[in-house]
Order: sequence, then C-alpha cells, then structure tokens
Amino acid sequence: MMRVQNRGNSQPRWLFPFVLTVICLLSVLPLARLAVTGISSALQGRMGDLLTDAVVWHALYDTLVTSFWGMVAAVILGGAFALLLTLFDIRGKAALGFLFMLPTMIPPQVTALSWIGMTGPSSTLLKALGLAPPLGSPQPLYSIGGIALLFGVQNAPLVFLSLRAGLLALPRDGIEAARLSGASSWQVMKDIILPLSLPGLAAGAAIAFVSCVGNFGIPAILGIPASIYTLPTLIYTKFATFNSGTFGEVSVLSAMIGILSIIGLAVEGRVLRGRDYRVIGLTGQAAVFRMNGWRWFAELGLWLTIVVILVMPVTALVASSLAPAYGVPLNLSTATLHAYEEILFRQSITRTAFTNSISLSLATAFGLLVVTVLTGYFLVRSGSRLAPVLAALAEIPYALPGIVLAVALILLFAAPLPIIGISLYGTTWIILIAYFSSFFAVSLKPVVSAFRQIDPSLEEAARLAGADFCRRLTDIIVPLIAPAAGASVILVFLIACNELTVSALLWSAGTQTLGVAIYNLDDSGSFNLASALSVLVVLMVVAMMLVLETMANRLPKGVVPWRS
Amino acid sequence: MAKLILNHLSKTFHLGGTAAVRDLSLTVREGGFLALLGPSGCGKTTVLRMIAGFEQPTDGSILLGERVLADASEMVPPEHRNMAMVFQSYALWPHMSVAENVGYPLKVRGVSSAKRQAKVLEALSAVRLEAYADRRPADLSGGQRQRVALARCLVTEPDVVLLDEPLANLDRHLRQEMEETFREFHARSGATMIYVTHDQAEAMALATDVAVMSEGRLLQMATPEDLYARPEGRLVGSLVGQGAILTLASSPGDQRQLDWAALKALYEERGMTTAEVLVRPQDVVISADGLPATVSSALFEGERYALRLTLADGQMLRAFSRTPAKVGDQVSVVIHSGWRL
Repeated sequence: MMRVQNRGNSQPRWLFPFVLTVICLLSVLPLARLAVTGISSALQGRMGDLLTDAVVWHALYDTLVTSFWGMVAAVILGGAFALLLTLFDIRGKAALGFLFMLPTMIPPQVTALSWIGMTGPSSTLLKALGLAPPLGSPQPLYSIGGIALLFGVQNAPLVFLSLRAGLLALPRDGIEAARLSGASSWQVMKDIILPLSLPGLAAGAAIAFVSCVGNFGIPAILGIPASIYTLPTLIYTKFATFNSGTFGEVSVLSAMIGILSIIGLAVEGRVLRGRDYRVIGLTGQAAVFRMNGWRWFAELGLWLTIVVILVMPVTALVASSLAPAYGVPLNLSTATLHAYEEILFRQSITRTAFTNSISLSLATAFGLLVVTVLTGYFLVRSGSRLAPVLAALAEIPYALPGIVLAVALILLFAAPLPIIGISLYGTTWIILIAYFSSFFAVSLKPVVSAFRQIDPSLEEAARLAGADFCRRLTDIIVPLIAPAAGASVILVFLIACNELTVSALLWSAGTQTLGVAIYNLDDSGSFNLASALSVLVVLMVVAMMLVLETMANRLPKGVVPWRS
Repeated sequence: MAKLILNHLSKTFHLGGTAAVRDLSLTVREGGFLALLGPSGCGKTTVLRMIAGFEQPTDGSILLGERVLADASEMVPPEHRNMAMVFQSYALWPHMSVAENVGYPLKVRGVSSAKRQAKVLEALSAVRLEAYADRRPADLSGGQRQRVALARCLVTEPDVVLLDEPLANLDRHLRQEMEETFREFHARSGATMIYVTHDQAEAMALATDVAVMSEGRLLQMATPEDLYARPEGRLVGSLVGQGAILTLASSPGDQRQLDWAALKALYEERGMTTAEVLVRPQDVVISADGLPATVSSALFEGERYALRLTLADGQMLRAFSRTPAKVGDQVSVVIHSGWRL
C-alpha cells in the first residue's frame, strides 16, 4: 500500500517546483536581469551621459505627446462605440462590434502601411480614384499627429471593451428606479450611467496609454522617415548603431518605458479596484434607451467610422498590393498579382518569414498550452498562498511593452549560456523564449477561466475511482477544458504570428518573422510587396477571429478578448 | 472488508484557526451504515473528506481494520483507498456517457473491455438504468443522475461507500424513492456506508447507527432507536425527533427514565439544583388530575392535532391530541414518561 506525505492535495509533488521554475524563467529572471543592468549602468555614471542627451528627452517627449493624443483619440472613438452599441437600440451590433475590434488584432505595422496607402501623394487608391494630392506634397501621416491618430485607431477597441464591460455591469434596476422617479433619458444618462461608467472609461484610457507607449510598429513606419523617435524606436536605432554602451543605454530606456507602463497600469488597477467587470458582465443585455428618429443617424455615423478606420485602409492596402510598382496608377489593365507571386514563390526572405512565424507561433501556442494547463491547475486548485503572487508574476511580461521584454532577453542571452557555453542570441530559440515569456499570460487566461468553472468534485470522483494525476489529466481535466485550450492555442498563434516588437530586436539573418519581413520590405521601398504580405496577414487574422467567434458560445466568459 | 476506526481525529484548516473537527473517535462496524448527523458547519463533511482522503487530519488517525489510512504525518491518497463516493453534485463527468461514467473506475483498474461491459450493465440494472447506458449525464433528470453516481460506486465493490448529502438536491418525492434505493444498495453490496446529512428523519430512516455532531465534536453515537429513546445532552435531545425540554429539580440517584409520579414530584419540588428532562409529545396526554396548562398553539396535521402547551410556570410542552383544541383553552396534562438529559 502506497502511503505518501501530502496534505490531501490532488497535485503531484513536482507540480509546485515546476510552476515556480517556469514563472521564474519566463518572468522573474529576464526582468531582474534588466533591472540589474539598468542599475549598474546608472551607478557607473552612464546615466549622466544618457540624461544629458537631448535625443533621449526628445524621444520621451514625443512618446508622451503621441501616446497622450493617441489615448484621447482612442477614448473618443472607443467611448462613442461602447456607449452607442451597449446602451442604445442600434441594429447590427454584433457585426459593428466585430469590425470595430479588428484593428486591434491587426499588427500595427500593417495598420500603418494601410493608412500610408490611403493618404499622401503616391497613394495607389487615391490615384486610381484621381484624388491624389500633387507629387511632392508631404505624406501627412509622417508626423506626430499621424502617429497619434493611428495609435487611437489601433487602441480604441481597448477603451471600447473596458467601458462596455463597465456599462454591462450597471445595475439595471438602478436605471429603472431612476426612470420611475421621473428622470428623463438624458438625466439618467448624466446622473446615473456616466458616473458609474467612469471607472471603466478611465481604466480603458490607461490601458490604451500603456499600449501606445510600448507600440513599435506605428512609430517605426511613420516616425523614422520623418526623424520622429519614440522610446521604442529609439531603442531599435540604438541597437542598429551598436557600441559598448548600448546595453546600459537601452536598459535605462526600457526602464523609462517600464515606469510609464507601470504608472498606467497602476491607474487602471486603482480605478478598477475591487471590481472585475469581465466576470459580472452579462452578454446581450437589451438596449436601455430607444433612439427613435436619431437611430439611422447614429447607425450611419458608426458605419462611416468603420469605413474610414477599417474599410478604406484595407482597400488601400489591397490596391497597393495589386499595383505593379509604388506610385504607378492602378486600373484594371495594370492590376497584377505579381506581388503575391513574388512573396509566396520567389522571395526566399518572405518564404523563410512565413515558415519562421508559423512554426514559432505553433511551437509557442502548443508548447505554452502544456505549461499553462499545469500552471493553471496549480493556480486554481492548490489553494497555496503563493498562487496569487505567481499569477501576478505571470501577468507582468504581457502587461509590459514587448520591447522591454526583448531588451531584457537580449541582456540575458547576449553572453553564452553558462555551463553549456552555447549562445542563444541570434538564433530562433531566443525568439521562441521571448514568445513563451510574452504570451504566457495570453495562453494562461482561458485555461484558468476554464479551471475555475470545473466543479472540483469531478476530479475528486476520479481520484476515488483510482485515477492518478496523469490519468485524471488525460481522462478528465483536459477533455473538460478542451474548448478553452483550443481558444488559447488560436489566440496565442494569432498574436504571435503578427507581432513585430519582440522579433524586431531579436531577429537576425534567417530568423526573420512575418512582422520583420513586412517592416523590412517597406523599409527597402518594396511597398507593393509589403502590402501584399500585409493583405495575407489581415486575411489570416480575420479567419482566426471568425473561428474564435464561432467557438465563443462554448467558452467561459472573458476568453475571447473582443467579446465581453 | 474490515471495520473503519476514527481515532482522536482533529482537523484545523488554518494554522491557529478554530478546529473544524475536534478529537473525534468512533468505530463503524463492518457492513454498518453510519449516518453523520449535524447542523451545517458542524464538521461532518470534513470528517467524510478525511475518510475519503481529500483532507489530511491534523491530529489522530484513520484505520481500516489493521491498515492506517491517514495520520498527521502521512496518508494513503484517495486513489489507493478502494472507496467510492456519491457527491452532493453527483460529480458525473459530462464528456462521458452513462456507461463510460460507471465503467471508468474499472477502466482505471485495467479491467478488460468485455468484463467491464458486463459489470457496468450489472451495476446499471441494479439502479434500473440499463436503458440509459448511452445517454450523456446532461440528458438525465436529477434522480437518474443520482442513480448513475450510485452505480459508479457499486461497480468496483468498494470497502467503504461515502455519501455526501446525496438527497439535498432532490425534491421530496424523489427523496423517498432514493432512500429506498440506498437501503437496497446497502443490503445488496454489504459495503460499509457513511452517510452525511443534516436531516434527522433521513438519518433515522436509513442508518444502522447515527453519529450526532456539533461544532466539530461527536456528541453521541447510537442506533436510531437508542438515540431517540436515550439521547445524551440537550443538543442531541433537541436535534433528534420532536419533543420539549423541561427544567425540573434534579432527582436523586442515577435513574434517568422518569415516570409520571417522579416527574410530578420533581415539577412541584422546586429544588436548588435543576436538571433537564426531555419529554416526547406522544408521552403527554390530556386528562384530568394532571398539571394545568394553556394551549398556546394548535396545528392540524391530518391524523391529529399538534399542540404547544404552556405550563403554569411558563415552560413549554408539546403534545398530540385527537380532539380539536383552541388557543387559550385550559387543559390538564399527564406526562407518562421523561428522559433526563
């Protein structure tokens, strides 16, 4: 008879050390390494050089200005959509919501490219329509305003989700009580709804700000040609002109980004203190207000906005990809699929990028699933007092901008690994580790929600039936969380396949990802190739979002990020 | 199979917190059917979970025959205890069919497919669910799910079967039917069964022994008949069956079963020391030359009237009456029997 020392817990003995090791490797170690380099370079006096450098202050200023106005744009756009779609009897809510969420899942560099294709003197779309400004006039998006506008479009869905979650959690009887006491719709809005939804709006604004601060794709494509640098693009250029002080400098720069993010996240945490809207939110709550005559006007406005922020840029992107060369007018006789042929069959760089991105993303999605099923099980079932701490640590790498994590991993792996003496820097492995670290939280969240929904007695019954941990895992636990695990895999694949920020710093010849390939094609002037690649990426994003959308009803609440 | 022994069992969940179970010792005889009875939060479910192996005792030990199942330092994990349990939520696996649910313990034990099928069918027919073998648990009613859970217990011939308030989620009609199924199941399997409930009628009807718990302690363990006739202490007396507790002068000697003469004398004595006496309603008879009392409430129950009477000194009694009585009526009562707690 086997007798073991345990506290009646269902987990095997190796589980806690395993979870601890995973979280230390993926979260604590890289960030600690970054902190050490930052502090030591500050102590060596390099800080002084950096802080007297006007370029740094300029970049910080530009980061703050673009992020602030980006946040304002996101609040206006996302706030209006959330209010109208949640509180009023607008038709076609599901479609509007889905389309409005798309920009946030499209990679930022693709957003930037599509908007460039929509405006400026060499826009294929405008030329085809005969609306292009004269040659030589400036591209209006290569500016602080342009960056801020695209930040707004990219991050408006974050505000939308946060505010919508808040609005859905409003006490409905409170609203009805106010109406019974004689308040008009407008008074209910002003006195009840707006004050109660303010935390959701503020939290959304804070997340949008953090996301703007860490955004690399948009300022890289729009800012660098106009010599506008934000902190992430400054880090990128520091690596391009590598010298002995680079590590110290970039660690201080990333620390700046880190601090700005932490301030933003602290604001979010503070306004949302004690309430998790995502859990309380009820889907499909009936409209509270009727718009009557104003309805068609509001619907027109919403659809026009979708056209401007999504349909037109994507059309421009498609137009650019069909043009034979950048700036050549597009009509039915000049349209060509040459660019697609080129990226899919001729260019070895784009084919390598496809292979790299897809294999990296698959490896990340499935590899992480194995880790997160075990970690999620521990976090939900162990009852350990360390569990909330570990859960918070697991969240950090995803909450911080990717560029900070990339810098931390470069610092960690720049030197050969101790003992085995192999250097990971410049190999695919460092990107894989970065993805594991970065998307750990993305993969964990659906799995943890699923675990929370499972009645513990289902597993206890299996224990009494005689099944050991591995047996229960395969027979009971995994089948029960399968839908959430599927969602986790698709989400991680979707996000990993499209990211640029992390791999922009970590790639080297032969390990470029799709994001890097698009950026490099654009950088080297092959705008039509970059557009064609972007079109394929957008198609992939839409396809996977639709798959998740169809799965949504079978998943725990909060798993599909654009549904609340 | 062998008897199950709980030896000075204690459980504290948080270091320095109050104990959920305190110094509990009892022995369940082989093939016995023990009901753990107590109000919610009294620690009865914790005892059950310790027997199952989901919780480890902080002190004391659990033995099955000669075998130590658990003590404060080590324990046999539930998967190696050869026990089975019916959970309050039934805990059927939603992704498996009824037959797969029932056959899972055999599958884990590596029983061959053909043999497994035969045993599953046998277990399902014992609970009259053969026709439902291919259904999913979601397609069954509450009572049917309960029976599937029971069949899953039956299939492995466990040493001990644990039942955690299995009837709590069923309606009244189904409860009676399931009580019958449990009795049948016990007779058929001969397994030692431990049944947790807060419903004393359920406990009395099913079990061969009832253990009454309160605030983590065992108050009394006895057969249902014994528990009803000779409860120990006020708490057990008020928990089991109906009755009223009178405070009377304490009687000399160790006689606990008191007759009318003794009770009348004690009632009128007004001594310095007092004792509590449990009086069952069927022992209170309205007749002349008894104690004067006033009817304070009368409830028609169909076969009789249930009365609450207030004695001259303000104490309360319960009685049954075949004839109607009105609130405020003056009666006189004879108490045929009382039990000193």
